[in-house]
Amino acid sequence: MIDKNSYVRIRKTLLKPDERAANIPEETKKVPFKMWVKGYLHEESDLFDIVKITTETGRVETGRLKEAFPPYKIGYGDFVPEILELRHLIKSEMYGDNNE
Amino acid sequence: MSNTYNDIMSQRNEIMKKSVGIDYEKYEFEGIGFDYEMMMNDHDFDLESIIEIQTENMVGNTPLIELKNLTKYARKFSEKGKGARIFLKDEAANLSGSFKARRAALSVYQAKKLGYKGVIAATSGNYGAAVAALAAKVGLKCIIVQEAFDSRNLSQPEILEKARKCESFGAEVVQLSVGPELFYQFLILLKDTGYFNASLYSPYGIKGIETLGLEIAEEVLAKEGKYPEAVVVTNAGGGNLTGTARGLKNAGAKDTKIIAASVDLSGLHMASDSDFNKKSFTTGHTGFGIPFTTFPDRSDVPRSAGRPLRYMDEYVTVNQGSVFFMTESLAALEGMERGPAGNTSLAAAFSLAQEMNEDDIIVVQETEYTGAGKHIQPQLSFAKKNGIKILFGNPFDEEPGKNIILPSSAKLLKHKQLDMKKLRKSYLKRYVNTELTNKDIEFLEEELNINKQNIIELMMEVKND
Repeated sequence: MIDKNSYVRIRKTLLKPDERAANIPEETKKVPFKMWVKGYLHEESDLFDIVKITTETGRVETGRLKEAFPPYKIGYGDFVPEILELRHLIKSEMYGDNNE
Repeated sequence: MSNTYNDIMSQRNEIMKKSVGIDYEKYEFEGIGFDYEMMMNDHDFDLESIIEIQTENMVGNTPLIELKNLTKYARKFSEKGKGARIFLKDEAANLSGSFKARRAALSVYQAKKLGYKGVIAATSGNYGAAVAALAAKVGLKCIIVQEAFDSRNLSQPEILEKARKCESFGAEVVQLSVGPELFYQFLILLKDTGYFNASLYSPYGIKGIETLGLEIAEEVLAKEGKYPEAVVVTNAGGGNLTGTARGLKNAGAKDTKIIAASVDLSGLHMASDSDFNKKSFTTGHTGFGIPFTTFPDRSDVPRSAGRPLRYMDEYVTVNQGSVFFMTESLAALEGMERGPAGNTSLAAAFSLAQEMNEDDIIVVQETEYTGAGKHIQPQLSFAKKNGIKILFGNPFDEEPGKNIILPSSAKLLKHKQLDMKKLRKSYLKRYVNTELTNKDIEFLEEELNINKQNIIELMMEVKND
């Protein structure tokens, strides 16, 4: 159960596949056009309920409750060995291999 | 009226007019053209007031740095006597971390002046952060509309970082799945809120960048006693190039060559759900650059103030791997962690400089902030997770969406020249069945920056193609 006034993220289908614009690629045309937005929950609800929220600018939106207290998950990703190789390549082209 | 796709699109002009505070009708001629200069100058801003607004908002007057190490690196691969000096305008120093703050400053100022309660911008790039930061500073509400997710709910780390940044300034971020219907939702939001459309393509969005061209002209002249031989501009919607070129020309740097540069994403469809996360650049690429160059009025206002073919002398592309290579070089050799997307023009300049004389000056006119999500490390990591192979080799072998080829030596980092004639012809295609009047041709002369004879010849070729 997620409390009233919790900060949450909802998802809403804006256009079903048959309502989408003409002249878009097939793979886009066959999936719905969706929106995600964050805001404060109007009523105590469960995940995946259809809920109402008030967004940061004061708009009311309706959609499926996807996440409570949504975190930021961005970081620097996994180790990418190619970047090390690239750095060594640049340094050695610039300063030579015996750059100790 | 209901909110179906067709209903909303049919109200497009009316919604736009209310939300930009500009009646574009009055600039229209009979025929295909309109009075561009009248549109650009039909407001209360002169250069001094623009500078004042920007300075008050911590925008502009960014450092101009000579990249001596990168110049030295480029000269290792050029003929004797070649290898222009590479300068860089460190636009990351602007409020919100990119040159986009120059564009946002005037739009947000105008919105406040006209009494709007808030601003809306459609962008998954740095412009959103700029509008959000400036709106926070003047106390306006702000909504940023992003194309963010594919149908698997996956998003580029770069876009998620931009959303975080917008939210940190108090903006509401509306995230959408892939598709041009973003414009539909954008119109609904404008209609429902009555907010100002802080379009990238309004005259304010372009006038704000003229100060960047002006600063480059004045600073290079003061330091070196001449204007730069060339300025390279990362090109997407065309506004960056238009504003910079206008600023340079107004300052007197009329002979400075204006070179557009984009990341080559040929083969990837911009409205494709499955291609969306196969690219490692969300802006500065050919997927925006070419269509907006050959048809500027595809934007979110009736007449775009960004009209790059009026000012563009050359248009070059570089591959994704080359931009990552230069991003790493800038950090490893100059101690500057910036980009990656904003380094597109830097990658092009590294190659272009090698064809220029060593006394020449080539200016790269922007950098952008970098950080978690928006950085070579997470972007390459994300690419790998999406099945993109990271290889070393000849960047010209890169296949966008399949691999990213990092040059196995800076020697292989080369730009590709696009055919200006082909771009102009592509612009003209729209008029193949139009009986052009003299007034139309005069307009096209300005639009394409060529003379009447050239227009007639190109039009003949288009008809015969």
